[in-house]
Amino acid sequence: MTSNNLVYLIALPLFSSGFLMILGRRADKWGHIFATLISASAFGIGAFEFLQMLARPSESRALTQKLFSWISVGTFQVDASLLLDQLSISFVLLITGVGTLIHIYSIAYMSHDMDRRRFFAFLNFFIAAMLLLVLGDSYLNLYVGWEGVGLASYLLIGFWNQKPEYATAAKKAFVANRVGDVGLSLAIMIAFATFGTVSFSGVEEKVSGASTAALTGIGLMLLLAATGKSAQFPLQSWLGDAMAGPTPVSALIHAATMVTAGVYLITRSNFIFDNAPTAQLCVVIIGAITLMFGALIGTAKDDIKKALAASTMSQIGYMILATGLGPVGYAFAIMHLLTHGFFKAGMFLGAGSVMHGMDDEVNMRKYGGLGKFMPITAITFGLGYLAIIGVPPFAGFYSKDKIIETAFNAEGIKGLFIGGAALLGALVTAFYMTRVIILTFTGTKRWDEKAHPHESPFLMWGPMAILAIGSVASGFLLSSGNRFVSWLAPVVNSHEADHAEHVERFQPVVVTSMALVAVVIGVAIAIVKYRSEVPRVAPTNVRFFTKIARRDLLQDDFNEAVLMRPGQALTKFLVATDEKAIDGAVRTVGAAVIGSSKGIRKTQTGFVRSYALLILLGAFALLATIWVVTL
Amino acid sequence: MTDTPILQYSFLAPILIVLGGAVIGVLVEAFVATKRRASIQLSIALFTIFVSFISLLRIRNLTSAKAAFNSVMIDGPAIFMQGTILLIAFFAVMIIGDVDHFTAQASAVPGSEEEKSAVQTGRQQTEVFPLTLFAVAGMLLFPAASDLITLFVALEVLSLPLYLMAGLSRRRRLFSQEAALKYFLLGAYSSAFFLFGAAFLYGFSYSVTLAGIHAAVIGGTANNVFLLIGLLFVSLGLLFKVGAVPFHAWTPDVYQGAPTAVTLMIGGAPKLAAFAMTMRLLVDGLLPLAIDWQQMLVVLSVGSLFIGNLAAIAQTNLKRMLAFSTIAQMGFMLIGLLSGVSNGNTLLAANAYSSAMFYVITYVLTTLASFGVILLLARAGFESEEITDLAGLNQRSPLYAGVMAVCLFSLAGVPPLVGFYAKLSVLQALLAPGQTGGLILAIFAVMMSLIGAFYYLRIVKVMYFDQPLTATTVSAPQDVKVVLTLNGALILILGLVPGGLMTLCAQSIVKALGT
Repeated sequence: MTSNNLVYLIALPLFSSGFLMILGRRADKWGHIFATLISASAFGIGAFEFLQMLARPSESRALTQKLFSWISVGTFQVDASLLLDQLSISFVLLITGVGTLIHIYSIAYMSHDMDRRRFFAFLNFFIAAMLLLVLGDSYLNLYVGWEGVGLASYLLIGFWNQKPEYATAAKKAFVANRVGDVGLSLAIMIAFATFGTVSFSGVEEKVSGASTAALTGIGLMLLLAATGKSAQFPLQSWLGDAMAGPTPVSALIHAATMVTAGVYLITRSNFIFDNAPTAQLCVVIIGAITLMFGALIGTAKDDIKKALAASTMSQIGYMILATGLGPVGYAFAIMHLLTHGFFKAGMFLGAGSVMHGMDDEVNMRKYGGLGKFMPITAITFGLGYLAIIGVPPFAGFYSKDKIIETAFNAEGIKGLFIGGAALLGALVTAFYMTRVIILTFTGTKRWDEKAHPHESPFLMWGPMAILAIGSVASGFLLSSGNRFVSWLAPVVNSHEADHAEHVERFQPVVVTSMALVAVVIGVAIAIVKYRSEVPRVAPTNVRFFTKIARRDLLQDDFNEAVLMRPGQALTKFLVATDEKAIDGAVRTVGAAVIGSSKGIRKTQTGFVRSYALLILLGAFALLATIWVVTL
Repeated sequence: MTDTPILQYSFLAPILIVLGGAVIGVLVEAFVATKRRASIQLSIALFTIFVSFISLLRIRNLTSAKAAFNSVMIDGPAIFMQGTILLIAFFAVMIIGDVDHFTAQASAVPGSEEEKSAVQTGRQQTEVFPLTLFAVAGMLLFPAASDLITLFVALEVLSLPLYLMAGLSRRRRLFSQEAALKYFLLGAYSSAFFLFGAAFLYGFSYSVTLAGIHAAVIGGTANNVFLLIGLLFVSLGLLFKVGAVPFHAWTPDVYQGAPTAVTLMIGGAPKLAAFAMTMRLLVDGLLPLAIDWQQMLVVLSVGSLFIGNLAAIAQTNLKRMLAFSTIAQMGFMLIGLLSGVSNGNTLLAANAYSSAMFYVITYVLTTLASFGVILLLARAGFESEEITDLAGLNQRSPLYAGVMAVCLFSLAGVPPLVGFYAKLSVLQALLAPGQTGGLILAIFAVMMSLIGAFYYLRIVKVMYFDQPLTATTVSAPQDVKVVLTLNGALILILGLVPGGLMTLCAQSIVKALGT
């Protein structure tokens, strides 16, 4: 079916963004309200389309809209078209819904900032780009949105670029993302070379005729793209530094939406991964590594936002892991993505609320006992906490538990390893999240005398409350009666409907019990460890492991040693080559030209007699030329 | 066709009107009081050109009419070129309208008491306007001449006033007079070549008409040596006006020495006229000899591109640099002229000749604007023609810096300006037959344009990025401002939508070739 409304989803925020940027200071007074209303109306359109979609039978739920013929070169035809199906509508609602809440929150959070209007223009731009990413009906359209969200992320991380380290963080995110982007562009090129088309439906049609090697190549390149955008190993290093951006940005872009684009990409490309087992295995491995990697970093961070960032990395690791598990995993990955969108965004907003009340202090060692002063923040944050560690009946329990269960039931020895990793990850998650709660909201106060913690205004706690409701209820709503799995089925495993007979190594009950035990152990360790007095300055005589976890498991040291220094050496070499060899050659040419110019200038003597002679000689020379030709 | 002495005045009206205007101008010079002379002369000149243009419009649909005992041929290219020459002349007269550029009394010895008193009492002579009209009349006759005698007369009518005008500079008069004398001597020298060549052609064909020569060439029995010498020497006389290497040497000296207003005249419309006549001679008269004159034009265009571009780099004087740039640009134009015939195949001729015509028209437009800006700079009371005088022009007069930049980018061939499209169409014409020789010449031409871009863009850099040496702003009368802005805009617009002018060029050529 076709529709004419889809374009407004993207056009509205895109227009608003350009509008606010062009108007400049003139829009300072009302720009934030305008942007918020635009975002809300995009949500309205999304919700309307969602209800319409519900009313249609499952096989005809997808909508398309052709905007214009974009590229037309020989047999290569790409239309700028949009596709709204069960998968994209899930994202549309998440992006516009959480996005609107965060717009509202930002009105208060950014109220003292001189550049609030610009901030909202960027936020709207992000919404537009992210919607294009999930609505594009081909890899090329997706790529435009993909680059757009990268730009928005860069602009927003570096929003306070007057601080050099924030600007550096933005640049780091951008560079790491570029590495992934190269993967996506290569994937598109291989896809075009293999299939002659880059639209999702076109590729899906022809996928059975392609060689496994080509599919594996596309799959690995898509995975590279996903690791960049979703901060997965080995391109994970930018996410922690990205917390330099204003906290609403961390909540929206670097927790709920943009960083999950990799999960979307792999889910959308399910027809490729399902036919490329090697690439799929790599997806699982990357997911398992990252979920442990992030969780371990999370245990050592004292900066509340960086602890949450590490947790995001780890949770996305879960989703990536699930997408690598084949048709059964996609729905659970997206489900976890949605629930995570609620509870992680809620917790980030909570962290922002705490910072708001504590003069932008982010060090949890200087918090303590804040629960009394900010009860609403503490409660909403606490609900998010219960969701993320997977306590029933909160949202995270339903989605994460399914992933662990599916992981354990994967074929062969692989299942035990990744199931074990997922289970261990749950334990560590419970530990570090409990640590965050204890350090921030309970215990004795450790803050400076001049700090006056207070609850945030309604504009801030309102969105937090709504997200907290989502953290509580979304899991049950999505999973009861296998609702979400069957909702997504036409998109992800329609072609694999008969592939569902996998080994039931563990009964669901067993897995759930193991997961709950792990959570209890994690919580218990944290309580025991942080029950006593917490020093305001991080102790230095800690174990080796804590030291390297504080340094993000040496990710930056690794990048600097393996990539940055050789890269700098190469650059120096190239600069030298450029200056000596290339410029030298160019200068020689230039000098030769100028030399001959001076020589020619001398023929211009100023004497009429020599000019006349020149004409005469020229005439004879020409005569000779004609003579030669004629003979 | 007829032996009755009928001159077909209506066909000749555009030329006769301009001549009449010139005569009235001479009378005004003699009888009207000094103070009012300048404005009356300017009005007469503009009005004459305007009326001439109107009368030209009335005969615009003639395809091959002959007049004045078959010595004048009014056809598509002739009418088109005459119209263009009139438009350009109108612009040019408006730009040079201020008599302050010219010496008060040209006949006075430089530095003499007589000259001083002429300046002090304001006895400003305004002979430049009638002279311009005489030159324009020559230019109008030039592309319409259909025999060698008429052609020679037109050549002299066009040249003699320009020789005089080159000596009219108000400042640095000796320098200006030197330029005038050089121009005259070399012009006379090349005219001699022309006559010599005409004699050879007559010796070959026993005819002085282009049609008669054409018939004799096709007959092919007569003396080939005479024909080739005649071809070369007659072409020399015309290409001297175009300024192609090796007949270029006068260009820099005259451009620099002549008052800028006159340089603007010399560098503009005469190129159009000379181009049109060269094309008529070579295509109408000597097309069967294409293989010979194409060879000649290859040598000329290679030489012009090479010498023009390389010599321009070393120049510090803006007018001199533009003179060498003209030589290089004409080399490019010749490429269009030489690409018409390939292995006796004339199918591509219309494209090639119209590309050359397009090139020369757009070149003249650009020259007009660039010398116009230089002229305005000189108004500020000092001779402003060194490249350094343009330093920081953008801060002083952004409008004129903009016009100049548009001109320079166009000359360098940067899209979307018209110069790019002109170069493109010429190169397309050159490459159309698909021959290796054409490819090599095209590569050479592009390399030379690359060198050319250096000296054009250097001026842009000086105008926009260097610190101004003086704070004087450039002021100009409102009409000149409008004309220059229009001219700059035209360069841009024609580059964006070149189709219209290109079609006009092609139509006029097709009409001529179709016969």
